[in-house]
Amino acid sequence: MPTSAQVLQPEGEAGKRPLPRRLGAALRGDNSVRGVGFVFALLPAAGLLFVLVTLAVEAIPAIRLNGWGFFAHSVWNQGGGYNAAIVSTDGVQHLAGSKFGVLAEIVGTLLTSAIALVIAVPVSIGAALIIVERLPRRLASLVGVFLELLAGIPSVVIGLWGALTFGPFIAHHIAPFIANNMPDVPVLSYFRGSTGNGQGLLVSSLVLAVMVIPIVAATSRDLIRQVPILPREGAVALGMSDFECARRVTLPWVGSGIIGAVVLGLGRALGETIAVAMTCGFALGSIPGNIYGAMTTIAATVVTELDSAFGDASKFSVRTLAELALVLMIITLSTNVVARLLVRKVSGTALPVGRGL
Amino acid sequence: MSGTSGAAAVPASSPGGRDSDWPEVPARRKVANFAFWGLCFLGLAVVVVPTIWLAGGIVVRAVPNFRFSVLTTDTTGTTGGLENAVLGTLLLAVCVLVIGGTVSIFTGLYLSEFARGRHRGILRGAYEVLAGIPSIVLGYVGYVALVVGLHWGFSLLPAVLVLSVISIPYITKATESALGQVPSSYREGAEALGIPAAWTLRKIVLKSALPGIITGLLVAMAIAVGETAPLLTTAGWNDQNPTLALTHSPVAFLTYPIFSFYQYGKASQDLSYDAALILLVFVLLIIILGRVIIARSRRNSE
Repeated sequence: MPTSAQVLQPEGEAGKRPLPRRLGAALRGDNSVRGVGFVFALLPAAGLLFVLVTLAVEAIPAIRLNGWGFFAHSVWNQGGGYNAAIVSTDGVQHLAGSKFGVLAEIVGTLLTSAIALVIAVPVSIGAALIIVERLPRRLASLVGVFLELLAGIPSVVIGLWGALTFGPFIAHHIAPFIANNMPDVPVLSYFRGSTGNGQGLLVSSLVLAVMVIPIVAATSRDLIRQVPILPREGAVALGMSDFECARRVTLPWVGSGIIGAVVLGLGRALGETIAVAMTCGFALGSIPGNIYGAMTTIAATVVTELDSAFGDASKFSVRTLAELALVLMIITLSTNVVARLLVRKVSGTALPVGRGL
Repeated sequence: MSGTSGAAAVPASSPGGRDSDWPEVPARRKVANFAFWGLCFLGLAVVVVPTIWLAGGIVVRAVPNFRFSVLTTDTTGTTGGLENAVLGTLLLAVCVLVIGGTVSIFTGLYLSEFARGRHRGILRGAYEVLAGIPSIVLGYVGYVALVVGLHWGFSLLPAVLVLSVISIPYITKATESALGQVPSSYREGAEALGIPAAWTLRKIVLKSALPGIITGLLVAMAIAVGETAPLLTTAGWNDQNPTLALTHSPVAFLTYPIFSFYQYGKASQDLSYDAALILLVFVLLIIILGRVIIARSRRNSE
């Protein structure tokens, strides 16, 4: 590369012009790459179409039969045991007595993600500010390695830690303390009561927070690094303290980008499957009574119920799972679209290894 | 400027002056500043502590029980070794790099170099939307459409296809932005020298974008190695070493014993931790490799 850099040193006008087409060979080469590239570029679109069509075809009968009640109550009943009669309602086959409602799963998904964000976002932004403005370069780079490692650790390993180390730790040392000392007033009473066995809403949310932190922190750090020095120097020259400078200059400067990073993290939290499945206590169709209660999310339900759903000879359980997957996809895609619109304004952010593009 | 931590706010390089020249700083602002940075440090601790706890906890739990025979024996039931899983994961990773990598690099190349306007917007939108679909949804589609629908059974092909679809957005994005960052002076210089376009693309543009593309491939590898849910629904599990059969032959993978064995006895749990340790080492290697590549490319470009 050094040679080409030396040869090609002269600066030209900015902007990308179409590549030249002089020699026949060059023309052919150019076109073949172009043609092959076009065919391959169609594949992601084809894959997307395939996913959407498969989901829709599977889900449509379930959407018709489950109706709006699907979102209004919490019940997961595949219908009576083996040899149960397959009946047909409105032309859709299902097992006699089957009934599905996924309010609890939707609430669980939104609740875990919301709690995870409430914890992860302030922590990540604070850490990002410290990394950029306080830590010496070497230490900042070390923390960067930590962030990358945390982002790169497979979710199942985090799930293992959550199920065997972190969950029991919370259940034995933290939760009883909170539960016993929280006053019995409306919102806070949600923190009282039985503290469970370390599998439930709180532990799942905290594990999700651990998974969201590297995404938000690394992106915020890269954004804050891009804030030019002059406005910040100006703020300090006006007599602002570092806190005031951060609050009034640095953070507003990167505000939309940080919102985008937060929504990317939300996308990961909503779609996370294995870590939640290992730490949620898996209580199908139950909304936890307090913050320690066992629960489940859409993603955890899909992965754990898929096998038993295939035992349903009428295939209606599988169709219901397709509807559930569709609901999850709609939730994550809408957050993703918002993220992209916000992040597009501040491009050039480095992406952490792992999820959260 | 007194020596309290509140006034550490003002950098040392700010114009000098005797304390008496400056108005008194209200205590409220000093306290707010102090509290703010205290909370930020707390945030940093919350970032660093779980990482150490997590990685350290796995290492401390796994290393004392680790036997290298784990790498050379197959799983039997929920105990035994992990050779089948290690080989399966490596096989999956290589296949994903080949299939997902080829598709993504050509897609990125086409989108960055050839596609224009609305055409590009649609194709790019497609893979960006793909990035937003949770992996369990893709795993579900793979199960319903490929494993069951096409009667492929749990096997290599559906697993590789689903993992490739998951990784394509990451590699494509990396390729596109790496190509976009090639200085236009390179292209213009090549054009001025009369170098044919295809030659320019291959020898100059792609070459200088290579570090970025490889970083994208590393991310894809990390995904292929670390995914669980979509593999549970497509690869199945196999006590034997993977064969190269594309269909009807389940493939073992490293994340499976972590997810499935930890609730059984001590020996099974040990196996879970061994698998977690191997994955951790793998991720660490990928991160180090990525850093080395980025550092080298930086040095070369200077």
